[in-house]
Amino acid sequence: MNNYRIAIIGSGNIGTDLLIKCMRSPLLRCVAFVGRNLNSPGMAKAMNLGVPCSDQSIQYIIDNADKIDLVFDATSARDHIKHAPILRQLGLRAIDMTPAKIGSMAVPAVNLDEILREDNINMVTCGGQASIPIAYAISRTQCDVEYIEVVSSIASKSAGPATRLNLDEYIATTETGIRKFAGVERAKAILNLNPAVPCIDMQTTVFASVDNPDIETLRTEVVNIVDKIKVYVPGYQIIVGPIFENGRIVVMARVRGLGDYLPEYAGNLDIINCAAIALAEEYAKQEAAR
Amino acid sequence: MTSAQSRRVLVSDPTLRDGNHAVAHQLGIGQIASYCRAADAAGVPIIEVGHGNGLGASSLQVGLSAVDDKTMLTTARENLERSKLGIHVIPGFATIERDLKAAIQYGVDVFRIASHCTEADITERHIGFCRGAGKTVFGVLMMSHMADNDVLAEEPRKMQNYGAEGVILMDSSGNYLPVDVSERVSYLLDNLEIPIGFHAHNNLGMGIANSVAAIQAGALMIDGCARGFGAGAGNAQLEVLVAVLERMGYETGIDLYKILDAGDLAEAELLERVPSISSTSVVSGLSGVFSGFLKPVNRVAKEFGLDPRDIFFELGKLKVVAGQEDIIIEVAKKLKG
Repeated sequence: MNNYRIAIIGSGNIGTDLLIKCMRSPLLRCVAFVGRNLNSPGMAKAMNLGVPCSDQSIQYIIDNADKIDLVFDATSARDHIKHAPILRQLGLRAIDMTPAKIGSMAVPAVNLDEILREDNINMVTCGGQASIPIAYAISRTQCDVEYIEVVSSIASKSAGPATRLNLDEYIATTETGIRKFAGVERAKAILNLNPAVPCIDMQTTVFASVDNPDIETLRTEVVNIVDKIKVYVPGYQIIVGPIFENGRIVVMARVRGLGDYLPEYAGNLDIINCAAIALAEEYAKQEAAR
Repeated sequence: MTSAQSRRVLVSDPTLRDGNHAVAHQLGIGQIASYCRAADAAGVPIIEVGHGNGLGASSLQVGLSAVDDKTMLTTARENLERSKLGIHVIPGFATIERDLKAAIQYGVDVFRIASHCTEADITERHIGFCRGAGKTVFGVLMMSHMADNDVLAEEPRKMQNYGAEGVILMDSSGNYLPVDVSERVSYLLDNLEIPIGFHAHNNLGMGIANSVAAIQAGALMIDGCARGFGAGAGNAQLEVLVAVLERMGYETGIDLYKILDAGDLAEAELLERVPSISSTSVVSGLSGVFSGFLKPVNRVAKEFGLDPRDIFFELGKLKVVAGQEDIIIEVAKKLKG
């Protein structure tokens, strides 16, 4: 059954965690783990798992395109901008884990069906994956939503150098995602890094300014959408709300990861990877049905 | 430390920024204009203006500003002749594209780029951008009481490497005693080539004493607010600080009578009440939680029928950082059972 062929570019934390999730999937088969340095810890892991590895980056994909169905690009926004046209020309589907924002934004709990027609998919951001389903539930149940704000707190240790350097892109991409999926004109994203030891679990709070809140309807909608998220992110949990407090709707979610390559507290990294795997599996089913 | 050069201290006045915490970020245009004129007349070198958490921080999380960043900064600019206009910038709230580029257009001179004391690397691009634009840039380490010596050895140095022209330690919780300040400032002086600054909070009544300790240890930059107008129990009181520095023989360039007048004006026009060390503020300082949490903690405590002191101690155990105001509700819910 697991014959949908996946290649992963980028051998960092995200790429390596995706690899482990691919290995577990009954539908996916990782046929290449590609980076720039065969000595990275991720490469060592892949070699241990018996996955074909290469340090030739995108060139390996070009040379082996006929053996691949889908590429996870876990490099950087700058690299994905170069990779995207190449992958398109090769006729390969791409799931972009970077904040390059080239393809259509995907949040499986919200737009799984419509996104399957696309060939380049952007996974928004970790905070976006955690907050957009809630923002979407708010916009579907409240009639006068003017503004939505999402605040995420993550453990310092779960934010690598790229995340830290790309904080502004994280904010801009998350805000674009909130505006698009919740259909609001104004959105704001805030990110806090917390160094507490033991590490804190990833948390996201969604706020909305609403004049006449309908909390009961929202509660039902939140339960429904959380059920959908839990299918691919089992550690997703609402810890507060929805409540109406100080003129704001407040919903807080906590995300514990699966603890694959990344520790359980790094729910921020886990949720974006789980979402990407969920999409790849849908493609696999679609392909199998043909 | 006897040369004329070393007896000069650079005073920065965040009354119109930190004070905004005390009035739920509701300072208006008229208040900004009149205080700017008064502090400018007194010769205050740097006047910081904005939302309590700085540029781009007006939010449901921390509180919505009565006046947007553009209006606050352009109003201040129009009312300053000699003083430089400064802002507080926390990456994670403010971005280069949305906020910093605009702030440069509005005529901001001094950019203080801040992070939690362990997270200096999130300031790299923002410091680099502002330096590249030819602006004066200082790095700010918030909640510095949570930094051990390893952190103090690394994080300020990162800011120096990114291009910061000085590093300011903030006692964001008002948790330090003078000996803590002396140790940290001395440690930084031994490790850095750039000047060190200090920003005191008054939760344990140490605002002025800690500022004196910082200067005696060799800090060259110091923050003070008119009447202590700032988050929680307030900051080091600017007028007192200027008088104390004068008595110690330090040069600030600030006219004593005129800064006393600015303090009177602030009390009459800006403050809802003169900052005092409330019972909750003492606990806030002891628990090592950001002083700016006072208003939201009091509000949530009332809503949930809890003792705000219990909330502060619980937040302290969780080691929350500035910007994590949403956790107050989670803690209250947990305490409520």
